Amino acid sequence: MKTLLTTVCTLIAGAMLRAQPGQSEFRPVTEIPASEQLPSQPLVLAAYAFVWFAFLAYAFVMWRKLGKVEQDLSALSAQVSKPRPDRATGANRP
Amino acid sequence: MRKAIVPLFAASGLIFMTAPILIARAPYESTMGLVQKIFYFHFPPAILMLVSSIFCGILSGLFLIKKRPVFDWMAFAAAELTVLYGAMAMVTGPLWARKAWGVWWQWDARLTMSLLMWMVFVSYLLLRRYGGPGSETLAAGLALFGMATAPFVYLSVNIWRTIHPLTSVVPTLPVDFALPLWYAFLGFFLMYLALMALRVRIEEQRAMLDQLYLESEE
Repeated sequence: MKTLLTTVCTLIAGAMLRAQPGQSEFRPVTEIPASEQLPSQPLVLAAYAFVWFAFLAYAFVMWRKLGKVEQDLSALSAQVSKPRPDRATGANRP
Repeated sequence: MRKAIVPLFAASGLIFMTAPILIARAPYESTMGLVQKIFYFHFPPAILMLVSSIFCGILSGLFLIKKRPVFDWMAFAAAELTVLYGAMAMVTGPLWARKAWGVWWQWDARLTMSLLMWMVFVSYLLLRRYGGPGSETLAAGLALFGMATAPFVYLSVNIWRTIHPLTSVVPTLPVDFALPLWYAFLGFFLMYLALMALRVRIEEQRAMLDQLYLESEE
């Protein structure tokens, strides 16, 4: 128990000795170090990727819409041009 | 117009595939460095957003006067493309600003007015989507207001104090910057025409479908 207490105290004392003193003031600088600067590459890539994605997504959605409308149109055209049965006689009428 | 859709898509696709080569070879800007390359994909959609809003306003005015559906179809397509190109400008701008200005967004005249104009055209689309019968006439009136904001958006940087670059930057660009910029612009413009043709074709087909439904019910 005594040994454990001594070890803990030694560790705490060591940590306190190694700890840096608290910052007493903020000093302004005009330029931050290069390692701290925000990298440009991800921003450029994100901008280009967004534009391409937006174009592809919009064109894809519109192309599908056009396909659907053309499909409906041809189906309805076929239905309209098909001769309908005459209610009175049951025979097909043009 | 229908026959032009595929060649327009092919031409703009080719430009979009080759433009990065020209952009990569362009010199770096002295103060902004690499992040300035966003400019080549920010300026074209921003300018085409303004052009598209004016186009939408003119077509809406023609629709209100002449009542021809083709003007309405084209105005609707132009409004959608204003929102699409506006979204591109609104996303690429902050990505550039984060590095160049240190903030994603600044509530200055250019950015705020661009956002307001974009929101007017979003309202146009919402009105067309949920407005019910007669919404095309109301939306046409809204498009006229949207068009009226375009010159203010363009000139805002020259009238008010702002951190956004002035309108004099692009006309005075050295050729090394200007060449990739106008090449990219051509790609964006051809894509605009392709999407416009596609969108108008959809509206035309829809009108035919509605007509056919009415005929089949008679």
